[in-house]
Formats: sequence, C-alpha cells, structure tokens
Amino acid sequence: MSETITAPALTAKDFVTDQEVRWCPGCGDYSILAQVQKVMATLGIARENIVIISGIGCSSRFPYYMNTYGMHSIHGRATAVASGLKASRPELSVWIVTGDGDGLSIGGNHTIHLLRRNFDVNILLFNNQIYGLTKGQYSPTSEEHKITKSTPMGSIDHPFNPLALALGADATFVARSMDRDPKHLQAMLQRTHHHKGASFLEIYQNCNIFNDGAFEIFTEKGSKPQETLFLEQGKPLLFGAGNNKGIKLDGFKPVIVHLDEGHSADELWIHDEEDIYKAQILTRIFDDPKGEGHLPRPFGVFYQTNRPCYEDVMLQQLEEAKSRKPADLNKLLKGNEVWVIN
Amino acid sequence: MARKHEVLHDVVIKFAGDSGDGMQLTGTQFTNNTALLGIDLSTFPDFPAEIRAPIGTLPGVSGFQLRFSSDRIFTPGDTCDVLVAMNAAALKTNLTALKKGGKIIANTDGFDTKNLRLANYPDGENPLENGSLDNYELIKIDVTKMTREALKDFAMGMKEKDRAKNMFVLGFLYFMYSRDMETTIHFLNDKFGKKPEIAESNIKALKAGYNYGDTTETFTTTYSVEKAKMEPGSYRSIMGNQAITYGLIAASQKSGLPLFLGSYPITPASDILHELAKYKNFGVRTFQAEDEIAAITSAIGAAYGGALGITTTSGPGMALKSEAMGLAVMLEIPLIICNIQRGGPSTGLPTKTEQSDLLQAYYGRNGECPMPVISASTPADCFDAAYEAVRISVQHMTPVILLSDGYIANGAEPWKFPTAEQLPPISVKFKTQLGDQEEKLQPYLRDEKLARPWAVPGTAGLEHRIGGLEKQNVTGNISYEPENHQLMVKIRQEKVDKIAEYIPLQKLDSGLSTGKILVIGWGSTYGAIKSAVAEIQAKGHAVSHAHLRYVRPFPKNLGDIIKNFETILIPEINNGQLVRIIRDVYFVDAKGYNKIMGIPISKTELVMKLEEMLST
Repeated sequence: MSETITAPALTAKDFVTDQEVRWCPGCGDYSILAQVQKVMATLGIARENIVIISGIGCSSRFPYYMNTYGMHSIHGRATAVASGLKASRPELSVWIVTGDGDGLSIGGNHTIHLLRRNFDVNILLFNNQIYGLTKGQYSPTSEEHKITKSTPMGSIDHPFNPLALALGADATFVARSMDRDPKHLQAMLQRTHHHKGASFLEIYQNCNIFNDGAFEIFTEKGSKPQETLFLEQGKPLLFGAGNNKGIKLDGFKPVIVHLDEGHSADELWIHDEEDIYKAQILTRIFDDPKGEGHLPRPFGVFYQTNRPCYEDVMLQQLEEAKSRKPADLNKLLKGNEVWVIN
Repeated sequence: MARKHEVLHDVVIKFAGDSGDGMQLTGTQFTNNTALLGIDLSTFPDFPAEIRAPIGTLPGVSGFQLRFSSDRIFTPGDTCDVLVAMNAAALKTNLTALKKGGKIIANTDGFDTKNLRLANYPDGENPLENGSLDNYELIKIDVTKMTREALKDFAMGMKEKDRAKNMFVLGFLYFMYSRDMETTIHFLNDKFGKKPEIAESNIKALKAGYNYGDTTETFTTTYSVEKAKMEPGSYRSIMGNQAITYGLIAASQKSGLPLFLGSYPITPASDILHELAKYKNFGVRTFQAEDEIAAITSAIGAAYGGALGITTTSGPGMALKSEAMGLAVMLEIPLIICNIQRGGPSTGLPTKTEQSDLLQAYYGRNGECPMPVISASTPADCFDAAYEAVRISVQHMTPVILLSDGYIANGAEPWKFPTAEQLPPISVKFKTQLGDQEEKLQPYLRDEKLARPWAVPGTAGLEHRIGGLEKQNVTGNISYEPENHQLMVKIRQEKVDKIAEYIPLQKLDSGLSTGKILVIGWGSTYGAIKSAVAEIQAKGHAVSHAHLRYVRPFPKNLGDIIKNFETILIPEINNGQLVRIIRDVYFVDAKGYNKIMGIPISKTELVMKLEEMLST
C-alpha cells in the first residue's frame, strides 16, 4: 500500500454505518463484513482515504455498510471503476468487493485486465458458487451437474478455478480464505492490504438460502482438518488430524504422504509464496472433495510477487513529460504553423 | 517560354489514389501550404474502411478533397476542378464529382492492363485513350517512370522509390498553383530526420515534379489564389478531433481538474486518444481500456475521485456504454462522452460520416435518463463545443454527450485560435466540509442549479456512499419509496432542463427573424446549410438559418424563433432525427431533408430543395 496519513486510533465500530444491513439472516457476508471492519481499524489509514467499490450482487451491497467512501456501481464493472479511480488518485486505499457472478462472469474481462495491469488495489471476491440476488441460478463457479432454477437437468458448464484464472492473468497476489474462519480471514485481509499491487483474495462464502453448505466440508470441525490445507510461508504442507499428513511433490505431481507411516516432514513440499511454478501447481489443487484419493483444498497465500504498479508508472510518465516540456496552453493552441491576417 | 498566369477565386482539388499511394499525406501537405498563405480552406478526407484493400481495386481508393478560396468558404465543395487520379480505380470512383471541363491529372502507369481490369473497365478500353474524357482537360504523366528516373542515383529498392510518387505529384501541383515548397521540405526533413535518405529521395521527387511542370511546354498557365478576407487575427489549421483534444485540455487547465481519458480504439474517434496521449505534460492521463464499458466506467471512477473524466467513442461504442451512462446520471457526476458519429447501425460504415446517433444520445438508455447533448458544427467549432461540454458537466454535476462526426473529425479548416487568457473561466468547487445544518454529508442536497455537491474521497468528514440504486433525495440513502422515485425522476429531468437558463439564447446564423423558411441544422451540416442559404438569400428569398449547438436542452428562445417562420426545414445526414424532436417539442410541422449515403449533404442539393419549397 502507498503511504497514507496516519489516522487516529480507530475501532471496528468506526466503520459501521447507519444503514440497516439487509443480507439474509445467516449469510456468510455478515462475518466477512465484521472481519473487514476489524481489520480496517488496524491499518492506520484514515477513513476518508479508503474507498470501497462494488458491482452488483449480494456482496456488492458491502459499501453501504462501511463508513468510508464507497460506490455501488453496475454489474461487473467495479474493477474498471476502481482502475480509473486508482489511476487518478494513487494515494487512496481502494478495495473492490465482488462476487463469483459479478467478478468472473459479467465482469470477468475487467478482472483479468486489472490483474495484468497490477493496479495497487484489493479485490475481495466472495465466492458462494451461486447467483443469490437473482434467486438461485448457477454461477461460473458452480460445480458441473448442479441442479438450479436455470439448470433443472444439471449444469453443463465447467466451472472456473478462480485462483488459477487470477494466476493465469499474472496476478501478483493470490490468496484464499473462508467466511467461517474469522482469524484466518483477518490474517488474509491484512496480507491483501499490505501487498503492493493487485491483490486477489477469494473468500468462500456460504449462501444459506440458495446454496447452503457448499463449503461445509472445508468449514465444519469434523471434516475441516482432513479437507483443508493451510499454507504458511517456509513451512511444510501439513494437514489432517494433528497434522498427521503432508503433501510432497513427485515430479510435478502433488501426492499425499502419511507421516505416521514412516514418512518424515523433510520429504514434504515447503511452501514458498514467491515460487510461480509451485504456485501454479498449488492453484491447480482443486479436487472435488467427494472424489476418491482427492487432495485437500489449500487456503492462505498461494503466490505473491512484486511488479511495478500501473498508476505508479503512469505518474512517472507524467512527471517525465512535464520535466521534458512544461505545459504551456498558449503554445499548444498556437501550434507550429501560424499565419496572421491584418 | 512565355507563360500565362491566372488568379482564381475558388479551387477544389481531389487527390485520389490507392490507399497505399499516400493521398492523405499529399492532401494534408497541400492544405498546410495553403493555410500558411492565409487562403481560406476546407477539407474532406475520404478513406476506405480496410487498412489496405487489394491494390488497384475500387474499394481501395483513398481520397482527399481540398477546397481553397480567396472568399470565406464553409464546405469542401460539391464538385472538383481538378482530379488527381493515381490509378484507374481512382478515376472511376471520382469522375462523377469532376466538373465538366475540369482537369484530370492521371498517372498513366496506373492505367496499365492490370489496373484497368481491377477497376472493372472493359477489356481493351482505356479511358485515357478512348476519347471518353474529351470533355475534360486531360494531363497524362507517367509519374512512376519519372519518379524512378529522378531517383535513379539512390541506392534504395524500387518499392521505396515508388513510395515517393505522391511527392512528385505534389511538386507538380505546387508548380501549377505557384507555391513555395519550403513547408513540405521542412516537413520531410522533420519526419524522416532519422532516415535522411528517405527525406532526400522524397524531396528529390517533390522537386522533380515541380521542375517537370516548369520545363514541360505543355503547361502554359499557372494559377494562384489570393488571401481570403478573414477577420484579423492569428490563424492555424485544425482538424475536428484535434480541436476536441485541445478543447478538453484547455478546459482541464482552466478548471484545474486533471484530465482522465478512458477510451477504447474505434474509428473515427481514435485520434482523440492518440492526441491526448501526447500531452502527458499537461497532466493528462490516458487509459486504453480493455473495452468500451471499461473505458467509460474507468472515467466514472476518475470523476468520482475528482478528475475531469472523459470517454471517447463512436456509435457501436456508445451502445456499449449506455448502462454506464445511466450510472453517471444516477450518481449525478460530471463526465464527458464524446461520440464521433459514423454510419450505422451495427458496424455500419466505419469510415463514412452520419448524424444518426442523435436519438440514441437523447433516449438510448434504460429508464428515464436525461442527459445534456452538445454538438459541434465545424472542425474548429469542436474546440468550443468540447470546452462548453466540460463547463456544463462540472457546473451542473451531470454527464454530457458531445456529438461530432467523421466528416468534421477528419476535416480541416483555418482556426482563429484563442489565447489561454481569452478563454472563459470554469470554476469548480469541491465540497470540503459539512454545512452548518449538516450532521453528516447530504450527497443529494442541491443548489440553485439542482446540482449536488462534488465531495471527493480523501476529504475528512464527508465519507458517503453512492450508487446506481434509486436513492432518497438529499440523503442519498437507498430508497424504494414510490413517491421518492417519481420525485427523483422529475428532479433529474428538471436539472437537465434548467441548463437552458445557463446557456446563450439561440441566434440566427443568417437571415431575418421572420420569413418563409427557417433552416435548422445541427452538427456537420453547418457549412452546406450556410452556403446554400446564402445563395438563396442572394436571390432575394426570405430564408434564414439557425444552427444548434445545444441540442438538449434547447435554448429557451428556440420556440419563439420557430414561430416566426412559415416553414421549418431540417437537413440531416440521417433518416430524420432532430426533425422528430423539434416536432415533438414545438408541435410544428417541420420538414426533413435527409441524405443517408455516408457522405455530407451538398450545397447544390440543398439549394435545389429550398428552391423547390419556395416555388410551391
């Protein structure tokens, strides 16, 4: 993030607005809102320097509930609105709140282009694998064969793997978290904010009305240890009850090893956020949790690197142009070839 | 050898050749040379949609029409006096526009069997040889051969040498019209500074063309045109898209708002993107977006942050931007949308002109979504129109549509340019703190113009949220209240209507305030209407001309002006669009004159139309 003026100490409450929150009771968005408000209070940024931009969808109501500057724009375009804002006001802390429909379907184009340009903004993509606001059609992240209002015989669409897509667009920060793990979500929001460049954070979010339990297997106590893999920089890839299992690389193929069956932690894949090749394999760990011998779903920071940000280079060009040739409106209007009529 | 010299008043030259023949450059060079002599001029470039259509074919012909005169002129001319035809296809496509007795300067090499076949001439028929051009003055020159001959000492390949053909022709015309070649020599040295051999070969060809005219005894007459009697002042030549660029930069400088352009390349608007990208030293940020929608929404984001947000496009791009325009209307945020119109619908005629997006500008959005519409009428007028669009947008907190079209975008004319000091100020006040009665910002609390405050991120204490959902007046909170929605729809309309109180009254461009026919025009038909009305007036008819800059809202007095005429005629390059709106607003039986051929309306046809109306 760019340096911003140090703000007086804030609490989560300072970010609450007088607007009634209108998500369905039990929606995962409530938890995300609470974690964002908590984290924002710790960032040392004055409220007036934070802008939250959203598109359309349930998640996109978010700005109304955050006492910062905010815009609830149109479907799919939050990323493009934010690009223009960040380009002209690089000092602002710009957050984009979008969903799987908004950010990957109607606005998919803008998402990938923002990532490749690497504006220093934070994308929070709430993935609930369904269209909630329009009452239950399948989304571009819904699984194949899913029965929804628009797919009575099951969806024919193959879903996106959002993190692989982001990495394919050369995102400089790619991470995943979930609504039901507040601590992890807070940590990921912190990381998202502190990354200089376009940050892409996918948040698994339960839609308890139209797609209840879509991520249950990753979030519920009983299955979570077996089904999730929490990535930590410099640490081996461990999961399972009491971390009794790990992942090692067999060539390019990740395989599960059981530590209590004679394997040692030394064999395991050590997580390196800056390794693009490993990050590609990590994002591809996207197995159907119902499949036999499937790998656990990773959460955490998959990849992060530094690349010049669009708005910074743009500003450099402006400064360079000004130093080469100061602006002179009269000279511009006059041009090089003038004739005078007396 | 004794040579005659004739002084002419008015000349129209059409440069026509294959799109690879460099006719646009040739025309532009002759134009600049003309401008610097203080001669009035008007140009009309006409090029194919394909970058390189097959060489020698009819669709591949690129033309540049230049009219210059010692009188004030307002159109590039209906017919030409001189046709430069670099090949058979160029002759075939342009001959109908040549006056009887006009001169044809033909490059004979472009009339070989292959070129004649490509131009669909019957086998064995060569128009240069078969007497079919007897009604014209035919000047045959083997330009290719003579250019090659002139460049025989240059080491470059034949292809490179042939590229200088257009300079040979230009040199010949410079001789014919008694011109000095310095402007072009200077241009070539400048353009090819890094490739001196290219500069030299072009200059050599240019001089060879000039000397050919001078030494060949066939050409017994040279011509010249005197300076035009124009208003005293300093002039330069300017094209429409360039003028829009300057108007926007000037408005940015005078308002103190940094300019942000979000744009996606599209013909014929791209030149504004190219031009603006050159002026980063003015703090201009240009963002070539991934599509038309990102182009406008990025500009909305920039405007939300306090920049002068601009997006430029043409018809198909306008269609894609409509939803975002609706957002800008709901946000009540300043934004300039420039539509350089072209032939439609769909992809239509990308390189041809049309005025067929007026109804789209008026009505082409979902919901009740009024926006001011400003139109530019000549290349130089694009400057004032752009400047005025910005003034209205930032002072009334509204998106504004600026309409131009391909004809004036690429056409050039002399411009009596202003100084920075002469430009009217554009004052902009961001809201910086809460008012006395405010506990928190009321983002839709309005001033006397019904404009809401522009409170930009970074301003402490004014944090607020806005969006595309219907909002409560004053507070800006989401509201689905029936009465509130009706109120807001009415307010948004009234806000646009109220602009009429802040714009000049409509003036007549020419003619008396009462009479038989009032010709109302908007946009690029200006020159043709002005010229036709002048001709009709000279014959003693009571015909007047009003040309609209403000198309929405109309100036307050337009209805009163209309009442004083028996008949209203509205010529447009569309199927009748302004005429519908005028009929709707003023309940008047206005007549249309509509041409939808991708080319401007000519003075001649308009004179005929007016005469027909006057005789009934």
